Amino acid sequence: MALLEVKDLQVFYGVIQAIKGISFEVNQGEIVTLIGANGAGKTTTMQSIMGLIKPRDGSIVYDGKNITGMPTHKIVEMGMTQVPEGRRVFSELTVYENLLMGAYTEKDRSRIKEDIEEIYTIFPRLGERKSQVAGTLSGGEQQMLAMGRAIMSHPKLLMLDEPSMGLSPALVDQVFEIIKHFHNTGTTILLVEQNANKSLAISDRAYVLENGRITVTGTGKELMASEEIRKAYLGG
Amino acid sequence: MSTLIDGLSLGSVYALIALGYTMVYGIAKMLNFAHGDIIMVGSYAIFTTMSLCGFPLVAILVAVVVCTLLGIAIEKVAYKPLRGASPLAVLITAIGVSYLLQGIAQLIYGSTSKPVTIINMGNFQIGNSTVRVSSIVTLVVGAILMVILTLFINMTKTGRAMIAVSEDRGAAELMGINVNKIISITFAIGSALAAAASVCYLFQIPSTMPTLGAMPGIKAFTAAVIGGIGSIPGAVIGGVLLGVIENVCKSTPLSPFTTAIEFGLLIVILLVKPTGILGKKRREKV
Repeated sequence: MALLEVKDLQVFYGVIQAIKGISFEVNQGEIVTLIGANGAGKTTTMQSIMGLIKPRDGSIVYDGKNITGMPTHKIVEMGMTQVPEGRRVFSELTVYENLLMGAYTEKDRSRIKEDIEEIYTIFPRLGERKSQVAGTLSGGEQQMLAMGRAIMSHPKLLMLDEPSMGLSPALVDQVFEIIKHFHNTGTTILLVEQNANKSLAISDRAYVLENGRITVTGTGKELMASEEIRKAYLGG
Repeated sequence: MSTLIDGLSLGSVYALIALGYTMVYGIAKMLNFAHGDIIMVGSYAIFTTMSLCGFPLVAILVAVVVCTLLGIAIEKVAYKPLRGASPLAVLITAIGVSYLLQGIAQLIYGSTSKPVTIINMGNFQIGNSTVRVSSIVTLVVGAILMVILTLFINMTKTGRAMIAVSEDRGAAELMGINVNKIISITFAIGSALAAAASVCYLFQIPSTMPTLGAMPGIKAFTAAVIGGIGSIPGAVIGGVLLGVIENVCKSTPLSPFTTAIEFGLLIVILLVKPTGILGKKRREKV
């Protein structure tokens, strides 16, 4: 069953059309990747799904409900969230407070406490630095915090926008390990990545986005095997 | 001694008003130039309630309620439809709201000043100097409110959400924070503090007129900028600094130049540190 279904989405920035009618779906339990070059419309697509940008046309159906044009906070309450591009942790708040913000929609205090402890087990570095303000963390630590913060709301669907951007190879591996961990614990994943190699390797299915249109779709394996995709996105 | 205490108390009035400017700027990213006029509305609310029933506590309560509701209403009616519009449009609207409030007050109460005595508090002696009780009360009230506000912002869920919204509105929305609600709460708190400022102001100068809010408004805005707009401790430091300088200047032969010195200070501070005393450089994110 499709957990998320995007149909004929069209997004404009002023007179410029960034998304030219794309349709795709994410099924319950899948990892789906959108790959594409800079400016292809990946981030715009994600922001439209989250209600941060209002699409001109098309529909977004999540869990059987039409969420097109709904305010972001309502969408989050329905069990969907996003780790935004560039991490965007709250730099003036501590690690602990950032995680609390992630649980903003959760009312059960003891559950929040347990969840934070669990995050500290998954990311021991965050536990060590829980009272430190997030602005003083390294890029890798901020990425871990952004991911931990997002998972605090127990999303059914987690979207990650370029989670490996700007990280060292070792950290990139760690990020993908954590995405797999979230997936194994029952979270459906929609991933946007420039690191096509790693993301296709863990994906059930993938879509290639070019100039606001979906040009290729297939399973992660199929796309990795495709000559065309290898040349364009996988470095030969 | 009494000059210093009067200065500190004037400073806490400025600080209370500056907090409203700085919080709204930090969270809604706009300069609410109608903020000063909320004080004027508060003073008329006190004037009206005092002449109707005469209980100071009731009058103060009415002022706080009226100002809080007015702040929320102004945001809903005038500023919310402009979310996402150019900052200039919002600024002009705020100035428009300011004149609207002054006009309405003039229509109802006339343009002449009206005496408003809440309580007569008298004076007492410390050593050789006479200290006004009202100054001490203002100072204490101001300090208590600022401590409560700081605790609220740092210790409560809503307060932390305010910090989150001020830092990154989009990321805050992704946490499930209803940003519009947080902005509404910010206007409510800022306006309630303006009502408190109005009460303290009337303790010092017991009369009001439609343009009452203009000068303290501008001074408090100056204080917020001196302290670093968007910063809460900055608003307090800026307000107190300005109040003390104003009162000290007034007790010297430099008295006629008081206002010039205050705005001169603003220029000097902005030349040395353009973000204000506690202001942070914000990286512009794309």
